[in-house]
Amino acid sequence: MFEMLLIEGIAIGACYGLFGVAVAIIYKTSDVINFAQGEMGMVATFVAYHVLTVYNVPFWLAFPVTLIFAILLGMAIEFCFLRPAKDPTVLGLLIITLGAEMLLMGLAGWKWGAEQKDFPFLLSVTKTHEMLPGIFINEWTIGVFSLSIIIMISLFLFFRYSKLGIAMRATQQNVNAAKIMGIKVERVFSITWAMSSLIGAVAAMFFAARSVLDPNFMMEPFMRAFAAAVLGGLTSIPGVVVGGLILGIIENFFGYAWPEWKPIVAFVVIILIITVRPSGLFAKHYIKKV
Amino acid sequence: MFLEHSDAKKINVQQHVNQPSICGYAMDMKRDYYEDVELFRSGTILTWSIVLLVFLFTLPVYLPSYNIYLLNIIMVNIILAVGLNILVGYTGQISLGHAGFFAIGAYGTSLIMMNFHFPFFAAIILAALIAAFFGFIIGLPALRLEGPYLAIATLGFGLTIMHIIGRWDFFGGRMGITAPPLDMGISGTSFSYVIQGDVKIYYLILMMTVLLVIGARNLMKTRVGRAFMSIRDDDIAAEVMGVNLTIYKTLAFAVSAFYAGVAGGLYGFVVGFFDPFTFNLILSIIFLVMITVGGLGSIMGAIMGAMLITYLQYDLLKNVENLPYLGALLTTVSKKWFTVIGLANFSSIALGLIMITIVIFEPLGMFGIWIRIKKYWKTWPF
Repeated sequence: MFEMLLIEGIAIGACYGLFGVAVAIIYKTSDVINFAQGEMGMVATFVAYHVLTVYNVPFWLAFPVTLIFAILLGMAIEFCFLRPAKDPTVLGLLIITLGAEMLLMGLAGWKWGAEQKDFPFLLSVTKTHEMLPGIFINEWTIGVFSLSIIIMISLFLFFRYSKLGIAMRATQQNVNAAKIMGIKVERVFSITWAMSSLIGAVAAMFFAARSVLDPNFMMEPFMRAFAAAVLGGLTSIPGVVVGGLILGIIENFFGYAWPEWKPIVAFVVIILIITVRPSGLFAKHYIKKV
Repeated sequence: MFLEHSDAKKINVQQHVNQPSICGYAMDMKRDYYEDVELFRSGTILTWSIVLLVFLFTLPVYLPSYNIYLLNIIMVNIILAVGLNILVGYTGQISLGHAGFFAIGAYGTSLIMMNFHFPFFAAIILAALIAAFFGFIIGLPALRLEGPYLAIATLGFGLTIMHIIGRWDFFGGRMGITAPPLDMGISGTSFSYVIQGDVKIYYLILMMTVLLVIGARNLMKTRVGRAFMSIRDDDIAAEVMGVNLTIYKTLAFAVSAFYAGVAGGLYGFVVGFFDPFTFNLILSIIFLVMITVGGLGSIMGAIMGAMLITYLQYDLLKNVENLPYLGALLTTVSKKWFTVIGLANFSSIALGLIMITIVIFEPLGMFGIWIRIKKYWKTWPF
């Protein structure tokens, strides 16, 4: 039982971590907390659902279509809502992304209705394989593991070695200096949103396969993932992943012992931890200098 | 700190307004402390305020009953928005958990009256003090958090409150509770005096709204209010100047939560029945929308924002298909590309768009528009 709970916790934690990374990428580059992230993933998942069920397209084709849609959606939101705001405040940015969240939620509800749907995902939660004697792992978990490892490694390499990744880090450190160095900052923001939306859409599809699909389904996972990202420290991508894993494991064990308090354990943990370490577990804490 | 830019703009606007203007009355420079703290800056404002009050008191005579209900909700939201603006607009702390304080007020008032048979005022003040205590508790981590971290902490608080209320049978669980009769005295004795009907509740809420709004306005003109604003503008500079951050940040949270508690207590009696899912994250977001749309850091802005958003939410956008022109257009669009049944989600779309456009085009909100109009007419031919 212990191993099963642990594996389950790590799997859901990896999913939180993946989604948290989507939040953290945007925060890292542009200091925006994207509250619309969950709803962007939700709309992308609905597009996948629409393509799969209405047009009867096979999954291998629907998946890339969804990813392209997610990229365009991320770029569109950045271009239409964030770029026109001149020198917005932290609160202003928060309001813009919250507005985008409500907009997307309303649009999804208008288009697909509020009733819950089953998302036909390639990897099933019920089909299990016996990996080690006595330990059964379902396909979904294997998918989450392999995908999150691939994404983490490629992100690590991307931010470390690629020109664009370095440009993103430069933009985060100092926008004006980056501009002087010849970096097209606006294009960097646009690409950041596209990447984040892409990763978010993948994670959202995994979440949808586990639960049901309705316009509200990403709300709770988003807040958990955001909490996990804060737990690890929003500016460090490995920190976010570890934060997600910690949160997933704690939540799963706690949920096993006291099922009815499962929904709030994440937030109690977060409030306690950020009270002690305000910048999360793994990010460097900067004290504001005068 | 969060509001650096908009503050700069606001100060700019106010400097324009405060210049000894060409007309030369009412809006010129403040010369002494008394002029800064006085409640009514001129006889004109005093007269119009009294006219407005008289108008509000006679309103139920010529308004249908549903509109009175709407007015009650609007006033409850005004109380809350004014309180939230003390925290967000004046002190510069973000809160995404005000639905939690609202819920504490609503459940607290009703449960205290049901279980201990307290008179209404005692119950609502006690419940609001409980909310204020929770605000103080949330203010403690806020001493070390800022921006997104504070947002997630308050958001977590709001959700935690919602879930605790939903799981605990003492609070009526998921099924929600019905508000007890609104008893001004002690129920079950000869001192009992039950208030019933939207109109009577309207007078009660109107009285409390006026008191609390004047209270907030005065608070902002005292030492405490100035300390709040100095924290918003730069907390380090404020600390160097001798503002005790621990006291004033937690105090801002407590005051704001107190207002939310009072609003929640009244809300319970206005709607009569509520369940934990009334107080969800969307409600916290909508509270934040009210003050952003109305104008951060101004009492009047909070009032205008609460009025507009509540009206949109409860009246205009509720039956959007019945609107002239727009309704027919939307129904056609729905039939063609969307679903007709999903048209109810239109209010969410509209609110989202309002939020985004306000931040992009008018960061000072409706209050900023008001200031501009006022300035235009004051200096008209020029």
